[in-house]
Amino acid sequence: MTARIEFRFRRSLGKFVLDAEGEIPARGVTALFGRSGSGKTSLLRCMAGLDRAEDAYLSVAGECWHDSRSGFFLPPHQRAIGFVFQEGTLFPHLRVSANLEYGYKRAPADERSRTLQQTIEILELESLLDRYPAQLSGGERQRVAIGRALLNLPRLLLMDEPMASLDRGHKKEILPYLEKLHIDSDIPIVYVTHDLDELTRIADHLILVDQGRLTAQGPLEQILARIDLPIARESDAGAVIRTRILSHDEEYHLTQLGFSGGELTVGWIDRPAGSDIRIRIHAKDVSLAISRPGQTSILNVLPAEIREMSVHGRGRMIVRLDVGGIPLLARITQKSQIRLALKPGMKVYAQIKSVALTL
Amino acid sequence: MTPQDLDALLVTLRLALTSTVILLLLGIPLAWWLARTRCRLKTAVEAMVALPLVLPPTVLGFYLLIALSANGVLAGFWQALGGTGLAFTFSGLVIGSVLYSMPFVVQPLQNAFSSIEERTLEAASTLRASPLDRFFSVVLPLSRSGLITAATLGFAHTMGEFGVVLMIGGNIPGQTQVLSIAIYDHVESLEYDQAHLLSAGLLVFSFCLLFLIYAMLGRTNSKGLDR
Repeated sequence: MTARIEFRFRRSLGKFVLDAEGEIPARGVTALFGRSGSGKTSLLRCMAGLDRAEDAYLSVAGECWHDSRSGFFLPPHQRAIGFVFQEGTLFPHLRVSANLEYGYKRAPADERSRTLQQTIEILELESLLDRYPAQLSGGERQRVAIGRALLNLPRLLLMDEPMASLDRGHKKEILPYLEKLHIDSDIPIVYVTHDLDELTRIADHLILVDQGRLTAQGPLEQILARIDLPIARESDAGAVIRTRILSHDEEYHLTQLGFSGGELTVGWIDRPAGSDIRIRIHAKDVSLAISRPGQTSILNVLPAEIREMSVHGRGRMIVRLDVGGIPLLARITQKSQIRLALKPGMKVYAQIKSVALTL
Repeated sequence: MTPQDLDALLVTLRLALTSTVILLLLGIPLAWWLARTRCRLKTAVEAMVALPLVLPPTVLGFYLLIALSANGVLAGFWQALGGTGLAFTFSGLVIGSVLYSMPFVVQPLQNAFSSIEERTLEAASTLRASPLDRFFSVVLPLSRSGLITAATLGFAHTMGEFGVVLMIGGNIPGQTQVLSIAIYDHVESLEYDQAHLLSAGLLVFSFCLLFLIYAMLGRTNSKGLDR
């Protein structure tokens, strides 16, 4: 018996064929990332049983949900799933409280590991309970939809771009809840998104989807650091690094972070020293120097070794560095590469212009 | 009001209520099928259901009379089930009314069912609701106004029916004589006072019924339930 999720789906999607086979770890958030129309939503719907692939296999924690070879198919209402749709899709005729209870009432009573009250508290839904969905904002609706899915006591939580229909402000409002969910929950979560920023904030594992095929799958840090994948060509490509808060500098309003590659000075982070924090360093914010730069306004300069280089577009290159065993990406021009005679194995200094915080 | 008029009133109400119940029992599944199916027969069935809207009631009544008469198709089936003749009976009237009022029930229901998004039903299916459960917990409550409209139109249309009833029910007081026919009889025998009484009664009743229904629908809408 394995707690993880194993799947294989083959299904015609009109222009191309969904042909996906892989595994989802039993813990954490697995992001399905790809352009719109790449087949990630179809893959998610196959997992839920909303679409039925001709050739399919799905087992969740050792329990078979779909096996086309033996002709077994568990319909969605018999699967312990939670599904969060893009638009929330609440029941318009029911108040928030009845929406939340819809799946909860139907779930077996002896599996009620989480309570209504807990969920209402985590997602801060108390003040919304008596309202109808039409009286909620987009962000509130999504919060209720997440609560409703969790209260269905799922063994697999599927989220289809839950923030795609929200504007920037409402996204900011939802993200902390998703992050909280990520920490608290021991349910495996599959999260569909085409937003690189979103996925680096909440995902632990990454599956890349392109034209119905899975082009790469693995831990987030590893996949994001691969320069052979199209994801490294995105304008906001970059590495994700797990760090710990070492200290705060109140005079200059700065925070000191540590990781195996050294220390980083970043803008004030409102968390106590010792907290773990994930940061993201965009490739475009990293430049390279042969010797340690003397006088510079850049605070963060780390010794690094070039591991791999590849041409990306006209006159531009992407470089994978190793900083104390942690991968870091840098985007430079081909001209700089020639001038500095950069090549794999060389020791350089990575100058980091800015650090994006993800958690 | 003469005892005969009172009988006509009771027959009419009984007919309208019975027909409405049967119409809803048949119309709800039929409308659901029409709203969701991709079957090629759909258009043909839709046209069949809508026929009474365009046909003169006498045409429908004529064919029903033939089908219901002692050696007709429906009557044979009915007798096999242990029934007696259908023509000129109350049961025959119910059959006629159900066929005649079907479009008035099916069309509002079909519209209501079609406006329910597939997504909403999918959401219910991911929340452990079986197809039947989904129908009762999502589809019917969301179609509330369609249901009210369908029931009202079915009831009211059956109340006011004349042509089909005259053809297949005849005019047997206490059994098949309905209000519309009683009024016709009074007018023919120049009993204008009695015709007035029944007509005015029907007019006031119909207005009150519709007023009540529209008030109910208005309340439903203002609750923001109908998207």
